Amino acid sequence: MYGYIGRILYVDVTDRSYNIMELDEGFARKWLGATGFGIKLLMDHQEPRIDPFHPGNPLIFTVGPFAGTMVPCSSKFGVFAKSPLSNLLGEAYSSGFWCVELKRAGYDALIIKGRAEKPIYLYVEDENVYFMDASHLHGKTTWETEECIRRDLGDYEVKVASIGPAGERFVRFACIINERYRAAGRTGLGAVMGSKNVKAIAVRGSGAVEVADPEMLQNKCLELYRRLQGPTTSKYRTLGTPANVLILNTVGALPTRNYREAVFEGAFQVSGEVLNERYVAKIQACPACPMRCEHVAEVKDGEFKGVTVRVEYEPIWALGPYCGISDLNTIIKAIELCNLYGMDILSTGVVIGFAMECFSKGLISEKDTGGLKLEFGNSEALISMVESIAFREGLGDILAEGVKRATEIIGGVDFAMHVKGVEMTGYDVRSLKTAALGYAVSRRGAHHQTHGAYSFDLSGKVDRFKAEKGRGRLVVEGEDLYAIYDSLPLCKFTRAAWRGLDEIAHVYKLVTGFQASTTEIIKCAERMVNLARLYNLREGLTWADDTLPPRIMNDPIPEGPAKGSRVTHEELKLLVLDYYEARGWNKHGIPSTSKLSELELEEYLPVIRHTYNGGEFEV
Amino acid sequence: MKKFKFAYCDPFKCVGCGICELVCSLKHEGRFSSSTSRIKAIRLYPYRNIALTCVMCEDPPCVKACPRDALKQADDGHIVVDGEKCVGCGLCVEACDFGVITLHPTKRVVLICDLCGGSPLCIEACPEDALTLTTHDLRAQLKRIVAADKLSR
Repeated sequence: MYGYIGRILYVDVTDRSYNIMELDEGFARKWLGATGFGIKLLMDHQEPRIDPFHPGNPLIFTVGPFAGTMVPCSSKFGVFAKSPLSNLLGEAYSSGFWCVELKRAGYDALIIKGRAEKPIYLYVEDENVYFMDASHLHGKTTWETEECIRRDLGDYEVKVASIGPAGERFVRFACIINERYRAAGRTGLGAVMGSKNVKAIAVRGSGAVEVADPEMLQNKCLELYRRLQGPTTSKYRTLGTPANVLILNTVGALPTRNYREAVFEGAFQVSGEVLNERYVAKIQACPACPMRCEHVAEVKDGEFKGVTVRVEYEPIWALGPYCGISDLNTIIKAIELCNLYGMDILSTGVVIGFAMECFSKGLISEKDTGGLKLEFGNSEALISMVESIAFREGLGDILAEGVKRATEIIGGVDFAMHVKGVEMTGYDVRSLKTAALGYAVSRRGAHHQTHGAYSFDLSGKVDRFKAEKGRGRLVVEGEDLYAIYDSLPLCKFTRAAWRGLDEIAHVYKLVTGFQASTTEIIKCAERMVNLARLYNLREGLTWADDTLPPRIMNDPIPEGPAKGSRVTHEELKLLVLDYYEARGWNKHGIPSTSKLSELELEEYLPVIRHTYNGGEFEV
Repeated sequence: MKKFKFAYCDPFKCVGCGICELVCSLKHEGRFSSSTSRIKAIRLYPYRNIALTCVMCEDPPCVKACPRDALKQADDGHIVVDGEKCVGCGLCVEACDFGVITLHPTKRVVLICDLCGGSPLCIEACPEDALTLTTHDLRAQLKRIVAADKLSR
């Protein structure tokens, strides 16, 4: 095959065995790439309804046909497992050299099952897998781990994906970090890796990725490189995603102080504009990316002088406005700590913001925090909480369980900001109603990058304050398109540069040699989303989980351009049912038999027969 | 006087995307890999990036080091590898101060920049214009012009 390698590496760390399975053309065409492979392999390799920390929970890394080629912005990979946050689909994406190296080593996917007796790290060198002792790496940060493995193996070019102390301690939103700044962040997959006693996966590949039509692909890519340096990507090349701080603040959709407000008085101080002016030391690129957006910031003065880490909108938001912090030095330090300890920054910020509100409401006191004044805006408290969550000390031990589980001990259900147990991200969906639907039905819990529905609201294509029929179709289209991008893989920041899906299908042909119409490619995406739904249903999801945090529905935005906005129960019902209909699912959110047949998913029909099918859609 | 042009990378412009490696391996081997690229992109944490390839030394140590006379310097300065004579012993790799000679991962032969016959594809493809075909003297000349401009104002 071209583009695809045609091989899956299957590793069992319990008995230290591995074998290489074939990934044939039929599988490649049916499941397209990273997202499809991940969902399909998880569905088939995980025993139903097991605990996420059970050794049988497979941790799956997947790449797509474009990765490792010169197709612009294609070095991305997916990570999948049952999520310890949601007990449903765990899915996260990262970028960088690691996935390119995995393909050069000769694999489209890596499945890790079992639990090692002692801490190990895997060293994948072409067709060989070594189970390396990692006792000396235990407790080390992700950055130290990477350096240490390079030194141990005596190979600077080895690529490492690792977990930090948070993953080792099963912090439920621990993440996997590669090349310092890149994270498979969401849904707690670092904790799953920790539960397997696997500290890191080091990869080295001497092989190559072959494509069907090298000459035509080269010409096409050189043309795309020029286009990607044009106006369609200027946002990412200049301010980068931190531009969103002021964009969202201006429209009153910047979640502030645990969604108590949607406008932050300190927004300018933490804006992309200030970052670029005073902090950004270098903008660098992922492999094969001609537009480069990786803004590396360096603190120039004060207590945290010298701290250097990649910055993006969401981390700044989560550890900044969300916790009432307007000091960039503090925020950048906290971002660095999350990278070092291996914690999803979005979940970390949301649980700390939640704890700050609990503190202000008296649900927790200085007795619980060890004397710390856990108030919104307290920089010292923020840094201290990041540390205590990562090491599960004191109150941090409760917060490390995620906001949903924390409410069972602390209370505060009314202002616990999560969907399906996964913490919210940086858009106040009370005034972005297409996005609100996207968040409610997202297969991996609260997230913006499974559908990108905020763009319909923010671009003015729809009335963002209004919930109406038709939004279901928009979210379906967004989800399908994003599943295609994540699968191939392509960075979503390129999305405005492509001349439609036709052009992407053309590049797919040049890479793989497979002629696929846009209809067929969209059908692949639809197949992935439906199989993810079946997976979630199998693991216990019901329509009642397709909901939004109580605060989004009960507490209107108090001030600013979106003052008075909320998503009422009636609006949510209308939106979710509209989405189900657009998906060809019944009113309980269960895919119809005919839909499954249409998508060639007949083998999974038994899943829906065993699924709860009663009750009216109520919220 | 150093007269040979080579692909020079400005580390302040380089972003570490490695596109130079990808097009180099494509041009020479017809497939994408890093191990068969004649130019190497290097990232040093926290944020330094540069691509290195043959600098076309005068009186090149690699040529002198080859025990089988498999390497010769062409008129434009690039090192021609005689595939018949080269057995991939790696002594030229040792002799090169810049580490820009590498062993082919599967064949017993070394890989060295051949300037793509005069117009290197890496230079054409570099999205940041970080690569230029130049000599050290020409670079110094550019600096002199800037300095002269400032001094004479």
